[in-house]
Amino acid sequence: MKKLVLATALAALSAVAANAQDTVRIATEGLYPPYNLVNDAGKLDGYEIDLGTEICKRAALTCEFVQNDWDSMMPNLNSGNFDVIMAGMSITEERKADRLFTQNYYPPAISLYVAATADVDLTSSVIAAQTATIQASHVAESGAQLLEFKTPDETVAAVRNGEADAVLADSEFLDPIVAQSNGELVVVDKVQLGGGVGAAFRQSDTELAAKFDKAIGEMKADGTINTLITKWFKDKAVLF
Amino acid sequence: MYPQCADPAALHGLGWLLCYLTSGKHMLFYYSFGTVLILLAITAPVALAFGFGGAMAARAHNRALSLFGKAYMLMVRGIPDIIFFMFFVIALDQGLETVLHHIRCPDWTDPIRTGLEFKVCPLAKIPPNSAPQIWHQIYGFGLAVVTFAIVFGAFAANVLYGAMNAVPRAQLETAEAYGLSQRQISRRILVPQMWVYALPGLSNLWLILIKATPLLFLLGVNDIVYWAQELGGSKTDSYAYPHGDWRLWYFLFLLFFYLAFTRVSEIALGRLTAKLSRGQATMAGEAMRKAAA
Repeated sequence: MKKLVLATALAALSAVAANAQDTVRIATEGLYPPYNLVNDAGKLDGYEIDLGTEICKRAALTCEFVQNDWDSMMPNLNSGNFDVIMAGMSITEERKADRLFTQNYYPPAISLYVAATADVDLTSSVIAAQTATIQASHVAESGAQLLEFKTPDETVAAVRNGEADAVLADSEFLDPIVAQSNGELVVVDKVQLGGGVGAAFRQSDTELAAKFDKAIGEMKADGTINTLITKWFKDKAVLF
Repeated sequence: MYPQCADPAALHGLGWLLCYLTSGKHMLFYYSFGTVLILLAITAPVALAFGFGGAMAARAHNRALSLFGKAYMLMVRGIPDIIFFMFFVIALDQGLETVLHHIRCPDWTDPIRTGLEFKVCPLAKIPPNSAPQIWHQIYGFGLAVVTFAIVFGAFAANVLYGAMNAVPRAQLETAEAYGLSQRQISRRILVPQMWVYALPGLSNLWLILIKATPLLFLLGVNDIVYWAQELGGSKTDSYAYPHGDWRLWYFLFLLFFYLAFTRVSEIALGRLTAKLSRGQATMAGEAMRKAAA
């Protein structure tokens, strides 16, 4: 009986529009404005969502954005629960070893060290960064004590409540926070990390990755990508 | 939501707050309370059933069955929850898809596994890629229920196993002397009496289960703690309602929710204990008998 119910449920689930054209599922984190965020209507929004929608239109693909926890992105991608990651993921040599990247759709990011006071010694203090990001590995290599958090928001909160001396994160994310902090937070230093932000694919999905890569190339050539970057990053935008 | 909320930047004071608290995102926050309650309502009885099955298996005379029951209790209780929730769920998902793959695509020649990748034919995906996101969420929720039930079932099995052993042996021997079969003994003597011993342990488990729902986020289901964190975090002007770090208020709200929920549970469990203690050969049962006499 149990097996029968299970089998029926599975059949029902997998029969839903099984004949329709296969949807490309794009995963994002929804916690990293302006790259990706959940807007006040409760929907995914941000630069990557606009960009992904435009790429899919140009490549004639049916796409759907889904939200996924940052930590379980790679296991879920490899397990086929979605097909693309567009979540502010920087292109690095280390990451290229286990996934395919398109060309970057955001230029190499400038990362900022932000602290409550400007006189923080960045080589010996406690620095907050999000787990498994290029900033986290940079802090680990710099000799400072790394304090990792699951979400970008928590890294900033750690500096505000004194748990960490400084935070290292993308400038696009930190700039508006610093600007709107009434002088509570200041920029201490800048570093340029990674090879820009790109979309990530399973290593065997060369065909799909090529379609995305081509559309991004076209958008760079005709300037649409700069329009989108300006829309979301406003005066802090780094253009191609 | 309401027409006067169309332009949040023009609002201030109470009007702003009302519009803020009724934004689409807040609605999802309120719905997530429902998600959590539904999860608990389904998981608790299923976990109890798993626990009962595990305890009965561990007590069985059949050696293989007894070993299986004991192994289930030991292994699942020993594995950290977070590992169980990250790897077991993916393994379960891949297992189901592999089975479906062999049924639906017998002619498929590509290997299912290449390196880290797991790839079945499109027909074997559960749910298929083209299904609306809601089906993916329902599937994720289903996996969550099964995983929660297996984990908490193991703990419940241990509690019930202990409770069954706590029923005085003399009672069971008397039943045997009257010529009752093993089945009758377990149904009429053992099980009705063990609940009162199991209840303290089970009520602990229930309270832990109530607080374990943030593990849902690992499975792609957004629960109340996720939303409290997301809504409370400071918001820049990328959002319609910019504000500072309000997590304290959201978590205070959750604190009251959890306190109220556990208080209600305690009252209900207290009544249940009183009911089950009546006529039992325990201190509580004895006290009741004396009070009545």
